[in-house]
Amino acid sequence: MDIIEVPVTQKGKSKKKKNKIDQSKDAEQPDKMETNDVEVKEEKTEATVAFPPTFSVSEIKNKQRRHLMFMKFKQEKRKQKMELKKQRKRQAKLLGDKAPPKQVPKTIENQRVYDETTVDPEDEEVAFDEATDEFSAYFNGLTNPKVLITTSDRPRGRTVKFCRQLATVIPNAHVYYRRGLALKRIIPQCVARDFTYLIVINEDRKVPNGLVLCHLPEGPTAHFKVSSVRLRKEMKKKGKEPTEHYPEVILNNFTTRLGHSIGRMFAALFPQNPQFVGRQVATFHNQRDFIFFRFHRYIFKNEKKAGIQELGPRFTLKLRTLQKGTFDSKFGEYEWVLKRHEMDACRRKFQL
Amino acid sequence: MGDSSRPCTVWLGSETGILKGVSVSRRQALNFCHSSQLSRQHEVRTLCWADAAESELLVGGVDGTVKTFSVEKGTFTDVRQCGDPSDGSFVGLATLDGGAALVTCLGGGVLRVWRDESGEPAAEIRVGNDIARMRQNPEHRHKVATGGKENCLKVWDLEKPDKPVFTARNLRNDWLNLRQPHWVMDMAFIPGSDKVVTCTGYHQVHVYDPSTPQRRPVLEATYGEYPLTTLSLPAAGGSVVVGNTHGQIAVLDLRKGLVRGCFKGLSGGVRGLQCHASQPVVASCGLDRFLRIHSLEDRRLQHKVYLKSRLNCLLLASRPLEEAGDDCLEVKEEDDEVWDAMEQVEEGEENPKRKMSEETSVEQENSKNGILKEGENFINEITDGQEEKTPESEEREPPKKQKRRKKAKA
Repeated sequence: MDIIEVPVTQKGKSKKKKNKIDQSKDAEQPDKMETNDVEVKEEKTEATVAFPPTFSVSEIKNKQRRHLMFMKFKQEKRKQKMELKKQRKRQAKLLGDKAPPKQVPKTIENQRVYDETTVDPEDEEVAFDEATDEFSAYFNGLTNPKVLITTSDRPRGRTVKFCRQLATVIPNAHVYYRRGLALKRIIPQCVARDFTYLIVINEDRKVPNGLVLCHLPEGPTAHFKVSSVRLRKEMKKKGKEPTEHYPEVILNNFTTRLGHSIGRMFAALFPQNPQFVGRQVATFHNQRDFIFFRFHRYIFKNEKKAGIQELGPRFTLKLRTLQKGTFDSKFGEYEWVLKRHEMDACRRKFQL
Repeated sequence: MGDSSRPCTVWLGSETGILKGVSVSRRQALNFCHSSQLSRQHEVRTLCWADAAESELLVGGVDGTVKTFSVEKGTFTDVRQCGDPSDGSFVGLATLDGGAALVTCLGGGVLRVWRDESGEPAAEIRVGNDIARMRQNPEHRHKVATGGKENCLKVWDLEKPDKPVFTARNLRNDWLNLRQPHWVMDMAFIPGSDKVVTCTGYHQVHVYDPSTPQRRPVLEATYGEYPLTTLSLPAAGGSVVVGNTHGQIAVLDLRKGLVRGCFKGLSGGVRGLQCHASQPVVASCGLDRFLRIHSLEDRRLQHKVYLKSRLNCLLLASRPLEEAGDDCLEVKEEDDEVWDAMEQVEEGEENPKRKMSEETSVEQENSKNGILKEGENFINEITDGQEEKTPESEEREPPKKQKRRKKAKA
């Protein structure tokens, strides 16, 4: 057996391993044959790590060794990052007030492209538009919401449960079985019976995936894509069932004109006088064009703290179309249509 | 007042009753209101020029009134009650004899000719039920065309109001021998001949030729799956621009009936579409509250203006949209200074933002009583946003580069 020593200072950061075949470009090592028997006991002091400049971790063919090299590389990077951080902290402490301001990381929300349709609260034209639109009857207190919830034809278990739970969350809601009826014929009957909203939950492969929200007398129809539905039994630490009290409504982050219209649609689902006795709150939170619905019960523990308990179903919505007039997908006029290839091209531009 | 309305080259009517004038060269949008109280009753349905010199506009509202707006003075000068709102709202407005007579058509099917400020119409024609549009032939101004739902295209001569000059026939029964439904939404007269182009609610475009004995369409083309709401003929001829309820606008070729191309950008139903008389430019407005101006040759968006209410109708002035002049250059120079003052970090991003900053500062002006104040300057807001961003992004870049180099070494 030949014992051939491999000098430590040559290329190779090896770690208790047998000889590695370096994929180095300069073939200085004539002994590439000694893959096996030699155990080179090298210390861990890799003080002079001289890789040729064109070497990269990905060129090592052996997966285990490559992985180990990569882990080491990452550890090095992390060390450097921590050092930088420490330096910065030290500087900040030294300089005190004169320290440079803390760097804010870039997130998609704070890089959002400014949308010119953002509503200015003092804008009179928009205020007039909103004051006289289809929801004015509700916001002036003339009508009380009455909601009809139904599904697409032949719903399966999950969708049925979802409808029933939605009916507990939305006050004055009635669930009806669809029985294959045409929506355009249901709508005049609903109007005759004083319903103000029609919700149709579309089901696909035993899971709810779409929602059509139609404001009844003549109002706009919004079509949403529903995802991530969690029923009550899937909630962790859920509380008791929601009671009959009217919940409060929170609408977050609906800033643009389109967002305002949708926000008003959601607000008009609930009666205008929330019963604070019930301590229930329904939240519609808009972030990056996805609307997250949550239903909580809160309690004030002391003056500064409040505890919340999530009840009720939770789901996310994404607006697909907003149509003027009641449900008429073929001949109705659309006020807004999601055109994916045009609108989703920029990651920082949002519509709601 | 007149100074603000004179440079406006695009006029739009909105659902809130406000007449909006947009000056493309100055990038300004101005509101003109008839009364200090906004009301949905004054929702503007149609617009048309009162005379060939385009110094006055006729604005038809949902309550049956026709208001005259003087571009020179910048105010509403006259109001006329021309019809009952119960008969339907205005679907067409036109003038005869250089402004002496006014032709109005309501959705209920009554076409009236008004003369001399009298309360009674000089002539009245029953055009059928359920009219969607009435248009006037720009060459033979006494000929008008009407059409609607289940109401075929009819061309009327106002001097002989008894019978239509041309009544179209419905298409042949389809392959199951069922009657084809029929819904004319908009029409236009092709200049230079007698032909009429119509677009229907069943996404078809038909060309009729009254000079031939064939009363059925001579050419049929289809586009999309949604009702086509408006159409317009470009000055160059041989093609037609149509828009539908889904926000798709396309140029169709009239020789073969094929789609030449689409205009991107609209997200709501198209309500008003007009091609410019001399420039290869088309303006569109709709339910998404934007006015967009596309160029016809390369189908690119040239201008986009946010006007806060849903827009119903649109009217272009015959003079060139962008008046070359000092105003235009001044604005551009100011912009350049602002851009130069900022540090150039990422050049790729600047250009798209510049296009967006071509929009409007909206000023609301009230014609009669006090001035409703508002000045929103979007250009300033956009540049401020950019300035805050650039120093941050500069700081980020050097550490990134260092890190990259270290990776190569190690």
